[in-house]
Parts: sequence; C-alpha cells; structure tokens
Amino acid sequence: MTDRKPNMSPVKVNIPEQDPDIRKRNYQEVSLGYTVEMAMEEATRCLNCKHRPCVAGCPVNVKIPDFISQIVRGEFENAYQTIVSTNSLPAVCGRVCPQENQCELQCVRAIKGEPVGIGRLERFAADWHFANTKTAPEKPQNNAHKVAIVGSGPAGLACAGDLAHRGYDVTVFESFHVAGGVLMYGIPEFRLPKALVQTEIQQLKDLGVKIECNMVIGKIFSLDELLGEQGFDAVFIASGAGLPAFMNIPGENLNQVYSANEFLTRVNLMKAWRWPEAATPINIGKRVAVIGGGNVAMDSARSSMRLGADKVYIIYRRSEQELPARHEEAEHAKEEGIEFIMLANPVEILGNDQGWVTGIRCIRMELGEPDVSGRRRPIPIAGSEFTINLDTVIVAIGQTPNPLLRETTPDLKCKPWGGVMVCEDTLETSKEGVWAGGDAVTGAATVILAMGAGKKAAGSIDDYIRKKYQTD
Amino acid sequence: MNRILARKQLNSETIMMDIEAPLIARKARPGQFIIFRVDEEGERVPLTIAGTDTEQGTVRIIFQTVGKSTLRLGSKKVGDTITSFVGPLGKPSELDEYVGKRVAVIGGGLGMAIAYPQAAYLHKIGALVDVISGFRTKDLIILEDDMKAVSENLYIITDDGSSGRQGFVTNVLEEQLKKGECYDLVLAIGPLVMMRAVANLTRSYGIKTIVSMNTIMVDGTGMCGSCRLTVGGKIKFSCVDGPDFDAHEVDFEESIRRSKAYLEQEKFDREQELERQRCRLTGEVRHD
Repeated sequence: MTDRKPNMSPVKVNIPEQDPDIRKRNYQEVSLGYTVEMAMEEATRCLNCKHRPCVAGCPVNVKIPDFISQIVRGEFENAYQTIVSTNSLPAVCGRVCPQENQCELQCVRAIKGEPVGIGRLERFAADWHFANTKTAPEKPQNNAHKVAIVGSGPAGLACAGDLAHRGYDVTVFESFHVAGGVLMYGIPEFRLPKALVQTEIQQLKDLGVKIECNMVIGKIFSLDELLGEQGFDAVFIASGAGLPAFMNIPGENLNQVYSANEFLTRVNLMKAWRWPEAATPINIGKRVAVIGGGNVAMDSARSSMRLGADKVYIIYRRSEQELPARHEEAEHAKEEGIEFIMLANPVEILGNDQGWVTGIRCIRMELGEPDVSGRRRPIPIAGSEFTINLDTVIVAIGQTPNPLLRETTPDLKCKPWGGVMVCEDTLETSKEGVWAGGDAVTGAATVILAMGAGKKAAGSIDDYIRKKYQTD
Repeated sequence: MNRILARKQLNSETIMMDIEAPLIARKARPGQFIIFRVDEEGERVPLTIAGTDTEQGTVRIIFQTVGKSTLRLGSKKVGDTITSFVGPLGKPSELDEYVGKRVAVIGGGLGMAIAYPQAAYLHKIGALVDVISGFRTKDLIILEDDMKAVSENLYIITDDGSSGRQGFVTNVLEEQLKKGECYDLVLAIGPLVMMRAVANLTRSYGIKTIVSMNTIMVDGTGMCGSCRLTVGGKIKFSCVDGPDFDAHEVDFEESIRRSKAYLEQEKFDREQELERQRCRLTGEVRHD
C-alpha cells in the first residue's frame, strides 16, 4: 500500500454522463458512474494522508482513505463494507451529497487542482456491491429494546441503521405509502433512481428494521402513546421540513402555481410523468418559471424540461455567485437549456379570467450590503419591472418543518418558525424519551446533515437506554 | 393493504364501504378524513370518514363513482383489498359548544354522507338538529332513515321536484329563517356552489356557518399545498388547517377555479376506466 506511486493528475478522472440534448427529455440517470478501470485510476489519486482531513469533513465520518485504498487494491466489496460501517446509505450519498463543501473541500489534493472524486468513488463502491453481492447483511442480536422513528427520510433511516446495528428493535413510521421521505418524493429519478433508494432501504430491513407506511404520527398515535401503550423506550423525530413556503404575492393561488413540494411529489412519488398509466396527473404547459436558486429549484426546472416544456426559466433574486444550489446541479441545468434570470424577484403572478397563470411580473434587483446570512442583500431597482409570459410557476423558495407533531404534542418545545428545540450535543428534546434531528430541527438542509443527526441521535438514544436499564 | 369488509350500493352512483382499519377507527372524530389508493399506480384520494365501528375495527366511507379512482374502488367486492388507507387526517369538527343549541346541518348530494357523522354527534351531545338535505332527483336520496333518527326535523328537497318538493337547500333554509327560526350554527357540506349559496344566505342573517372544504390533495399532511385556499385573506391548507372553515371567510370563487385544475385529465381518466370496466364485463379485448 505504501509503495504505490500516487497518480498526480490534477483533475478527476472524467465521469461519463448522458448527452444533455438526450437526457433533458428522459428520466434515466444523468451521471453514468465510473467503470472499474476509472474507479481504480481515480482511487490512485488519493495520497492516503496521515491526518485524514476528509474524514473530519464528512458528517458521518466515513473512513474515506481506507475505502479508497481498498478500491486501489480491487477489494470493492471490502470498500463497500468500510463505507457502510458508518454510513447507512452509500449509494444515495455518493450521488447527492455536496462533497465539494465537505470531504472534498478538505482534500489535500484540492490545494493544487481538483480533489479526489470521493463522492464518485463512494457511488462506485455501492453500485458495485448491489450489482455483485447478493447476500443480505447479517442480522444483529436483538436486545429487545424498542425505538420508534418518526419519518423514513435520511435522518430516520440513518438513525434506524445505527440502532439496528446495536441490536435495537426499531420501527420506522412513514406517513406516505412508500418509505424514503425526500429521497422518494423530492429528489428526481434522473439524479437518484428510486429503485436504488428501495434497495438501500431493503438493506435496513434485512438488519431487522421494521417500516410501517401510511402511519401519520400525531394522528394515529401520539408521542405519549408510542412511549406508553406501544412500549417504545425512545422516539426519534425525523419528520423533515415538509411545509412549503409561498411568496405572499398576488396571484399565488392561480391554477398552475405549484409549490416545488407538490410539483416534485406529483412527478417523483406519484409518477405523474407516466400519466395516464400512473393515475396522478400534472399540468406543465410550454413555458415554466421556477422561483428560487437551491437544489430543489434546479430539480423542479430540470423535471419541467423532462415533462416536455419548451422553455424553462429559473428566477433568483441574488446573483449566480450566491446560488445555494450545488455548482454541478446548476451546470447540469444550464447544459439542458434552462435559462437563468438572476437578480430578479417576482412581484405578481398574472392570470386570465378563468384563473389560470398567464405570466409573471418581476422587478430587477441589485446587491447591497451583506445581510445576517453573510450574503449581499438584494434590493429592488425602482421602475425596473418586466413581464414574462408563462403557463406554469413553481415556487421553490424553501420549506419549514411540518406542524403536525408540534400541534398534537403540546409539551414538545419548538422555535417560533417551527423547528423542534433540541440540546445540540445529544439532540434530546424538551420531552423525556424524545429526540429530534434533521430538517425537523434545522429547517431544510442536506441529506447528509440529516444523516449525521440521525447517527448522533442513535448514539444518545443508546446511552439513554443503557443508563435506564443499567446494561452497561 | 386494507380489506373491504362490507359494501352497499346506496344509489346508482353512490357506494358505502366498511374498510378494515382498526387504528384509524379508534382515533377518528367527526369531520376528519382518510386518503386511499386503490392500487400501486393509484392516486391519493381524500374521502371524509362517514362513520367508524371500533369493535369491528372498520372505517365507513361513502363515495360517488365519478372519477377513475372512485370507479375502480367501486368495482371492488367484499373481501378485496385496497393498497393504502391512511388517516385520520385533518382537524375534527368543533361541535362540543353546541350542547342544547339549535343547529342546521345541510347536506348536498354526497355531502349528506359527509355531514351524517356531525349530525349524529350533535344529536348525541344534546344539540337540537334540523337536517336539510338536497339531491338532484328522488332516486339519489341517501341516508334518509339515518338522518331522521338524529334530527328534530328532516327536510328533503330535490332539484327536479321528484321527492315532492322542488328547489335547493337554500330555499328551505331561507324559509326557516324567515319563519324566525334562530340557528346557533349552520353546518353546510356539499358541492362548492351549494356551500357558497348557503354562506351568502346566512351572512345576511349573521349566523355562524361552517363548511367542509373538499379540495384537491396529494399528501394530506400539509406537505404540498395543493389544497390551499384563501380564508379571511390568508392562505390556509385544507388538509391540516381544515377541512372545516368559517364559510363567511372562504374565497369560494378561487376554490371553484382551483377545483377545475385537472378537469381534462379527470374526464379522460373516467372514460378510460369506464371502457376498461365494460371490456371486463363483455370479455372484449381492448386495444390501446
């Protein structure tokens, strides 16, 4: 291992992608992933640094240099096992983590050139495992303590995986008819194939995790009932940030104004792109504008293109430099012909007398002094209004936590904007036996941060139950 | 998977089913709803809970076979299963303050089925309930005996006069109000235009009026905003803020427009489903 010569190429091994002109009309994955040869070549770019800055940059502390060394040696299954020992969803993370702000940001190779393609290698190891290994993971010895998890998105699944490894009897409650949360309803098929999400979830089921769909906690069981009559020792709230924000401008309730949540749920979870075979319809028209600049906005715009729109705009009130979306996602969107209208803010959505969208009126913005977020504040330029003709508007300006649980759990303390209040070190809430993490606590963030919270909660739930039953 | 334990055809286009769902039956309160999916490709359809039986562990639904999903649900038999059934969703109706008070429960068509649990609950807690029930024609009248059992007075009226009296529910209500009847609450459930007409009438009399807004939904848990409506100038989500709202605050024009968002697809889906069911009956092979 120590005697190999590192590959000093300053750039990552190129990853094959579908041609933009073809992919913008289909739902197949955009990135095709590394072949064995490409992965082994990219893996040799890792210097296997002693101080392992990449591991510290990973919210779930994947042993990155270890798994990359295993790929160098052609031990692909071992590489997968190394990843999965700290990360329950490697095929997901390899695709949707913002590695450029995390592990790859810390990579020593990034000082001079591009970092090692850690995300691409993680994806390779996971895909290799699912293609070549058919044996299910071994079920750990059950310790008979029951833990309930509310929500089967990234935070819930990560927590479930860690607790199952420690022998807990874990039940995940999901309100939708399919497990996966935002991985199923939010992130589109062309970025994260849904069959793959289900394969990852199957791994957790093989570990003994029970998943109960169609169960809206707060309605069917209260948290007190879970902790009481249902016999759970602890509850982890991982219900995400599902409540869509609107702009509060005139015309927002016209037909053909969608929240990004509704639009993406119809397309991804309900498969409206396959209507009428799938029963849920969607209207898209020919001209679409997506309001917002995050990954959800990019996903909505690219999905609109795939549904057959002729012209798709992204309207964002700051400049391209401040776009919160991953650089890669914005680039992919541009390649697919999506037009970015930067420094513009909608003031009114226009409609006809039947109540359908006909256009949007926006005002030009300029950037002023930095605001509390550190980004320069957008200021409207008087008299700069302009109009775009449209059939559909998709509002992708953010989500806040779903109010269902806090409304039905008076003793669960929440912040004024809806986030569940927790002790940062342990993720304990104000309610005994209840933990919370992920977007339900932070507001809309990333898959991997939610997974990090799930892991942290699993650790403190384990401590709590050991202490309670003196099993240490 | 949830099993259908009972099925009854109430009229040519309305079916009652008892669905096995013990946990929902245990929790459901009047005014709440469920969301069902018939099969794996099915859409999520909200239906108000028409009753529960906690001993049997069943939830009663009453629906009109008007669209693809309800036609397909209606074609199921006792013992068959549906893919998913989730609830109870929405806020329960707030009725407890009406003990000993006068309440008019107004149901239009299928709305009568949705209004029944409220009427029954009000009757049980000691409210004095008048039921005003409107249908298109005599053959479509449902739940007549049930409504009679929970009301002081039951008024039935049909659009075509075939039940004896011709007109709309608002005609009966207006007549009662003109006679000096003082209702403490009017509860109106039915088509949007009917609820709007009731709201306009009771506004001039200053009577508190509640309507149940049956909007287009996807998740039913506050996640998508498909069901949004304007109440008192503010955006509300029917699924988590309702489905009951103050009728005098609801922007009915907007809700009527929004209810038509998928009319074309609904028509196409309905015809396809009717064709599919015809072919199944006759054994014809369909070419699509």
